[in-house]
Amino acid sequence: MTTPKPRIGLFVTCLVDFFRPTVGFSAVKLLEDAGCEVSVPAAQTCCGQPAYNSGDRAGARALAEQVIALFETFDHVVVPSGSCTGMIKMHYPDLFSGEPDWRLRAERLAAKTHELTSFLVDVLGVAPLPINWEGTATYHDSCSGLRELGIKAQPRQLLSAVEGLAVREMRDPEACCGFGGTFCVKYDEISNAIVDRKAADIRATGADVLLSGDLGCLLNIAGKLKREGSRVEVRHIAEVLAGMASGPAIGETRK
Amino acid sequence: MSGGLSSVSFPKNAHAALANPPLLKAIAHIEETLVSGRRRAIDALPEFEALRDAGRDIKAHTLKHLDLYLEAFEKKVLEAGGFVHWAADAAEASRIVLDICQAAGARQVTKGKSMITEEVGLNAFLEANGITPVETDLGEYIIQLRAETPSHIIAPAVHVNKEQVAADFRRVHTNLDPRRNLDEPTSLLSEARGVLRERFLAADVGITGANFLIAETGSTVIVTNEGNGDLTQILPKTHIVLASIEKVVPTLEDVATIMRLLARSATGQEMSVYTTFSTGPRRAGDPDGPEAFHVVLLDNGRSAMLGTEFEDMLRCIRCGACINHCPVYRSIGGHAYGSVYPGPMGSVLTPSLHGLEKSAHLANASTLCGRCESVCPMRIPLPKMLRHWREKEFERHLTPKKARYGLAAWRFLATRPRLYGMVTRFAAWGFARFAGKKGALSQVPLAGGWTRWRDLPAPEGGTFRTEWAKRGRK
Ligand code: SF4
Repeated sequence: MTTPKPRIGLFVTCLVDFFRPTVGFSAVKLLEDAGCEVSVPAAQTCCGQPAYNSGDRAGARALAEQVIALFETFDHVVVPSGSCTGMIKMHYPDLFSGEPDWRLRAERLAAKTHELTSFLVDVLGVAPLPINWEGTATYHDSCSGLRELGIKAQPRQLLSAVEGLAVREMRDPEACCGFGGTFCVKYDEISNAIVDRKAADIRATGADVLLSGDLGCLLNIAGKLKREGSRVEVRHIAEVLAGMASGPAIGETRK
Repeated sequence: MSGGLSSVSFPKNAHAALANPPLLKAIAHIEETLVSGRRRAIDALPEFEALRDAGRDIKAHTLKHLDLYLEAFEKKVLEAGGFVHWAADAAEASRIVLDICQAAGARQVTKGKSMITEEVGLNAFLEANGITPVETDLGEYIIQLRAETPSHIIAPAVHVNKEQVAADFRRVHTNLDPRRNLDEPTSLLSEARGVLRERFLAADVGITGANFLIAETGSTVIVTNEGNGDLTQILPKTHIVLASIEKVVPTLEDVATIMRLLARSATGQEMSVYTTFSTGPRRAGDPDGPEAFHVVLLDNGRSAMLGTEFEDMLRCIRCGACINHCPVYRSIGGHAYGSVYPGPMGSVLTPSLHGLEKSAHLANASTLCGRCESVCPMRIPLPKMLRHWREKEFERHLTPKKARYGLAAWRFLATRPRLYGMVTRFAAWGFARFAGKKGALSQVPLAGGWTRWRDLPAPEGGTFRTEWAKRGRK
């Protein structure tokens, strides 16, 4: 008798959907290689974080309802982003205070929602298929993943299994990159000062690739490095782990 | 000069700060001094996390019964022969202090470092009424000479470098020998000491703040590193303590617990150099101490925070750790906030004290990175409270129109998955085509805030959902 495969609903996130489908396909591959059955509900859009962090609770709630209804039937929900996972796991229940039915549904969804690297390590406990990727990487801890979900060791553990890859830590990998959702355009000058320090820390490692688990941070950092004329490549960790990092990096095109 | 900055012009203030290299260089030192000091102190104390829980619980308990503990405190102060005055707001507190000073016939008052006196604007008020306040903490003394306000709650002159201080001393200490060497912090300190010694002796009233008020004993507690607080409160005939109501804790033992968190979180010291307990005026047989002891208890919006989503903020012990670790503060320094209290704790507190209308920028000017909460010894959920202010702003229709329309449009689109799919598919395709071989754009209409500083990476082309559907997958 074989145990049935866990049924995973993949929430790709609006940024991955729009900017970087490769991250979604990498996540699917990692999950399928690990023996999961993966679905990507077609009606998914955004988790509601922009509204929530702008004080628009009603807007956030409307999107939360949509996500709950779409994903609550799966065994697990997996998200290739610390901040969107944080939104669902840490903040959805809060949006429905005073509405016991909805709150219960939000709590149930929160309990089975996981960030991708944490799902692979903490829930499945399987090592990804062995891959080989030559290079030196440095890893940026995204704020929500790190401080809301405690994700720190998992991505490093997964990266340490990649043949040929050396990880060199930057001075302060836990420092914010200055993205902050709408912060980066509302207070663009301050955001720039923050990402400027991050870019300097990355360059100081001498690594040739910057990896992280959140596309918001990655777009911000890639945009800064690119503007500075840096040759450091920027990628989502899932691309490397899935062996799908041969295409152009973020902000690059086929040479 | 910073005193004139207001929170309303926060983006402009920040712009000016970012164009001020000496300022940026001065605040960069926070990393090697306060941040690494805290790290070392905490790594050396295995029970730090448990202490944080204990500290939080003490304060949370006290806030639940604040009226009882304040009344108990008042009773003890009276028993010890002191006076207690209740001030509802800044104006009343200033008035009370002035009355005490005038009754004592005071011309000069010395002051220990106190953020509450900054909050009520005491110095300007005393001066306007013919009384000269002299700051005795070195940092406060420096910014008083410079006619500035503190840019940090524990390191008021952190934005100033030692060359600037030397120049200020030469400007103000007119009988200073021009050959006197002022190159080192120690020589600056001894120069200030010399000048201040005379001021201590001439003062009629000493004014200090309090880090704690102890209900059990009626004592007030200050911690300092220079000993100036002790001279401020021992030498003059009258000692006034100006403290806000949330400083009260039940017992001496509670103080001992929270003190283990305070200095480590603030400066990385195990203890501050001086910790001074004051209980009433000098008693018969005491070798020193003031003849009159007054405590002014300031509310100024705090009791209105009780029972609200902002109650947790009243646990704050003003250690400054959240400020030192804040990427925004570290980019622009404290004056740009245009508020008495800068950084994350200030951005939560200021709207409570002065109204949201004038300070809405503060809650928004945060990436919500959460580092403040992760270092706060009292486990105050600062990001959550910043978000609460954003919610209040949105509810009261104070959010700028552009942002409101943007959010409404996003909600409209994102709750219509089919339409959303069409729009994003089209946009991603157009964007990728427009970027062509470049992979990233250096100018994008409507995204000026982004592209002024960074390129915008182009989408790969098709959205994930279209590519997924093309593969016939669900
Ligand atoms: S909010 Fe916390 S970290 Fe910030 S000053 Fe207060 S006690 Fe210290």
